[in-house]
Amino acid sequence: MQFLSYLVRGISLGSVYALIALGYTMVYGIAKMLNFAHGDIIMVGGYVVFFTFCQGGMNPWLSMILAIVVCTLLGITIERIAYRPLRGAASLAVLITAIGVSYFLENGAMLLWSSEPKSFTSIVSLPALNLFGGSLQISAETIVTIVTSLVIMFVLIWFVNNTRPGHAMQAVSEDRGAAQLMGINVNAIISLTFAIGSGLAAIAGALLLSSYPTLVPTTGAMPGIKAFVAAVFGGIGSIPGAFVGGILLGIIENLSKAYISTQLSDAIVFLVLIVVLLVKPSGLLGKKATVKV
Amino acid sequence: MDELLKVEDINVYYGSIHAIKDVSFHVDEGEIVTMIGANGAGKTTTMHTISGLLRSETGKIVYDGKTISKMEPHKIVSLGLAQCPEGRRVFSGLSVSENLEMGAYSRKDGKDAIAKDFDMVYGLFPRLKERKNQPAGTLSGGEQQMLAIARALMGKPKMLLLDEPSMGLSPLLVKEIFRIIETINKDQGVTVLLVEQNAKMALNIADRGYVLETGNVTMEGKASDLANDPAVKNAYLGGAK
Repeated sequence: MQFLSYLVRGISLGSVYALIALGYTMVYGIAKMLNFAHGDIIMVGGYVVFFTFCQGGMNPWLSMILAIVVCTLLGITIERIAYRPLRGAASLAVLITAIGVSYFLENGAMLLWSSEPKSFTSIVSLPALNLFGGSLQISAETIVTIVTSLVIMFVLIWFVNNTRPGHAMQAVSEDRGAAQLMGINVNAIISLTFAIGSGLAAIAGALLLSSYPTLVPTTGAMPGIKAFVAAVFGGIGSIPGAFVGGILLGIIENLSKAYISTQLSDAIVFLVLIVVLLVKPSGLLGKKATVKV
Repeated sequence: MDELLKVEDINVYYGSIHAIKDVSFHVDEGEIVTMIGANGAGKTTTMHTISGLLRSETGKIVYDGKTISKMEPHKIVSLGLAQCPEGRRVFSGLSVSENLEMGAYSRKDGKDAIAKDFDMVYGLFPRLKERKNQPAGTLSGGEQQMLAIARALMGKPKMLLLDEPSMGLSPLLVKEIFRIIETINKDQGVTVLLVEQNAKMALNIADRGYVLETGNVTMEGKASDLANDPAVKNAYLGGAK
């Protein structure tokens, strides 16, 4: 029973990684860049929910929507100001810029909101689920997190495969030049991708903080890096890959914490990245995935 | 006839390589104009510059009375100047019909008009209709070329830039593709700028031609005159007979 409980919590943590990894993987697939500032968007979303809901007493749904809107606009703005001028520049220049943006966001948050930890109150106000006569208790946060990311993944897959902007995303991902020759506004498609990724990061932030309620300006950094590992693990560029990679990573991390060592759990997570890069560089679902964005 | 496309003194560089040198030419409405030349002469570079994927350092490009040399590629397409790029470049993960849908991406004239053009290109290329739900990556080379042309036509262009449509195709298919290019021009009134290494076929269907050599236009004239020119014969038509 203990094992099941660790497993379920791992899946829940993994669902958060999956949500973040979806943003990583879509931006990589379409803009061909690694947006290392992606994790920090989570933190910004966290602060928005903290100030409006935890402190301000706003309706949690409204607060959530506000966080999504703020993060979406932030993502579009970052792309417009920092990344777009570098379109066509060497990928190393873009990568370093992304790291710079990440520091900018973290330090900006420190200036604005100080580095003092804020205690987050869960946005989920449902009772926990008791199974097997109370021997297995699953928190409502866990269930909401898992369900939310599952729904989002299916909606995204549907969107990419069945809508005109989704098809345009696939076209830009596969051949940007040819997409331009078809009259597709590549900049608009990239903006849309950043908007979706950042909106998902806001949701991920609120869900993550509901289960792990300490909010500091660097809250997003570690989950961001782990989600990147998840995206690579699953096959970067692939939507189902990001999801599977995220879930597996969450499970690995939580079981390592439970059965091996709390201190070593992060090291084990990164070891997974190294092993995957050695054994299957394209990731679990890379290349062969049916939905490749 | 009216000039539809006018390219004036363009110079294009790849870093320090001067790929296109003071190139000027024009295409009149309703014409098929071909640009022939060897590998690396700058034909594709010229095409990419017209479509806005590359920029010229000098001169200007005027299409349908508008200067397009500083315009973004998708805006150029929406003016009715489409390109079917070298190497087909179909979207292999998308189905045939989704590729065609992408070709119509910039159009704002409504679903009915687009549906009509779906019928039109399926009429032109019945093979594509049979395979409309198949991923484009699974098509044969000839079918992919047909799809690439059909996709460009879905943008309802007034002028079509065709870059090496015969590349890598069997002689029979090459004939078929050239027949279709003539149909597009004669029946649908689409002006065509055709870049080809297959100079013989290209000069055969074109009204006029330009010869491009290492970034310079070295010859121009009526296609029939070029086809009979000893120098052209020697260099591009397999020797004078």
